[in-house]
Amino acid sequence: MRITCPFCGPRDRREFTYLGADVWAEAPGPGAGLDALDAWLHLRDNPTGEGRELWQHEGGCRAWLIVTRNMTTHEILSVDPAPGAGGKVA
Amino acid sequence: MRYSGLKVLAEGLRGNRGWTQAWREPEPRKEYDIVLIGGGGHGLSTAYYLARNHGLRNIAVLEKGWIGGGNVGRNTTIVRSNYFLPGNQEFYGLSLRLWEGLEADLNYNVMFSQRGLLNLFHSDGQRDAFARRGNAMVNAGDDGVLLDREGVRRLVPYLDFDNARFPIHGGLLHARGGTARHDAVAWGYARGADSRGVDIVQNCEVTGIRVENGAVRGVETTRGAIAARKVGIVVAGRSSQVAAMAGLRLPIESHVLQAFVTEGLKPVINHVIAFGMGHFYISQSDKGGLVFGGDLDFHASYAQRGNLPMAEHVMEAGMTLMPMIGRARVLRSWGGIMDMSPDGSPIIDRTPIDGLYLNAGWCYGGFKAVPASGWCFAHLLATDQPHEAAARYRLDRFREGRLIDEEGTGSQHNLH
Repeated sequence: MRITCPFCGPRDRREFTYLGADVWAEAPGPGAGLDALDAWLHLRDNPTGEGRELWQHEGGCRAWLIVTRNMTTHEILSVDPAPGAGGKVA
Repeated sequence: MRYSGLKVLAEGLRGNRGWTQAWREPEPRKEYDIVLIGGGGHGLSTAYYLARNHGLRNIAVLEKGWIGGGNVGRNTTIVRSNYFLPGNQEFYGLSLRLWEGLEADLNYNVMFSQRGLLNLFHSDGQRDAFARRGNAMVNAGDDGVLLDREGVRRLVPYLDFDNARFPIHGGLLHARGGTARHDAVAWGYARGADSRGVDIVQNCEVTGIRVENGAVRGVETTRGAIAARKVGIVVAGRSSQVAAMAGLRLPIESHVLQAFVTEGLKPVINHVIAFGMGHFYISQSDKGGLVFGGDLDFHASYAQRGNLPMAEHVMEAGMTLMPMIGRARVLRSWGGIMDMSPDGSPIIDRTPIDGLYLNAGWCYGGFKAVPASGWCFAHLLATDQPHEAAARYRLDRFREGRLIDEEGTGSQHNLH
């Protein structure tokens, strides 16, 4: 599996670290309540098809990325900088 | 038909013409008291114990594929009870005790072999942690013996004891741990459940769960609608999809775990050896193949195959631990899909829908749990009360903060 980092270009999957579904990028604010925290931390759609996930290019530019991927074929459909990742897309 | 050594001998002399089918192939009826979705190890053991322990007969097990074709036939067959935390200890202790009587109970040879599980340690700190774990296991009624370096060497002299990065300082031996033949476990439970009247329906995929006024009414399947008073979801690997049919969103993310087997070799590895620092474990099957595996691929997946980086990592770890296997040739590799829960522990509980029950989240520890999982899930289905050994495996424990996080890695699905 190769992932095309929007900052660094196509790189081996081993340079990237996986966090999980992209809900990680949307932490509920203070006072959001137990249900919102529970949903954010634990509950997942866990799709068999297309899904959006948070990866970090840890062995490269260290940017957080939103990777849209097919969970059954492992095909990567798009890679975008996560909100707040900053930088200039090559 | 009751199996025995005498029967094998007699059938051998008669050309093996007297064996009958191990279980029936019934058409699904229109209605059952209990429908279990999923004919894996856990679904079959649940059906068996519903019949054996609770006298219930009007039960169907619906399997979308064939018996033994899912995760129960894809795991690396290890059985152990070496847990540290209350919640896991009583559950896996019960499971190991059930394993020890399983063949006599099922009248089926599952080739259960208590060859001993050896967990290696490589530093003083790790020795202390293993001593603590071993004491916890003994206090919980299981067994554990802390071996020093020479103690480990006497058992398994072929390891690389002086490895520069991970020199072996000793190991925690769990003598009652071991292996079993995984498909025989599925077949044995299927035969036992069928002989007590349970209908095992293969090639029958559940496509919907009927819920009316907050209560389950039955399931839609590729072989027609089936009404049921109670429905149990026992489909680890696909739990999120099946639960979504009833509108539930689960605390589960699916990950792929790979395993490997070499060509058949003469007997050389007589234990299950776990090299935690290398995320590597190995045993030898009765057929002679070295069966080994490592950690998750770490990204969500429904592909029943893995990626090469983890395959390479597992091979490197194997060579680090026991260079003697370097010339063995790998025959097959495969992957299974794991229900990863946020704390690494399973769920055996009711759901917010009346009559709908959930057995899920087995991470990569489901095989050894098959007897106790069925025992406790059957108890829950039959009595509506959690079994005392599984009382902490609640669905709401994540929301309530009562995690059973054996590895202490926090609420991230792929870190357990």
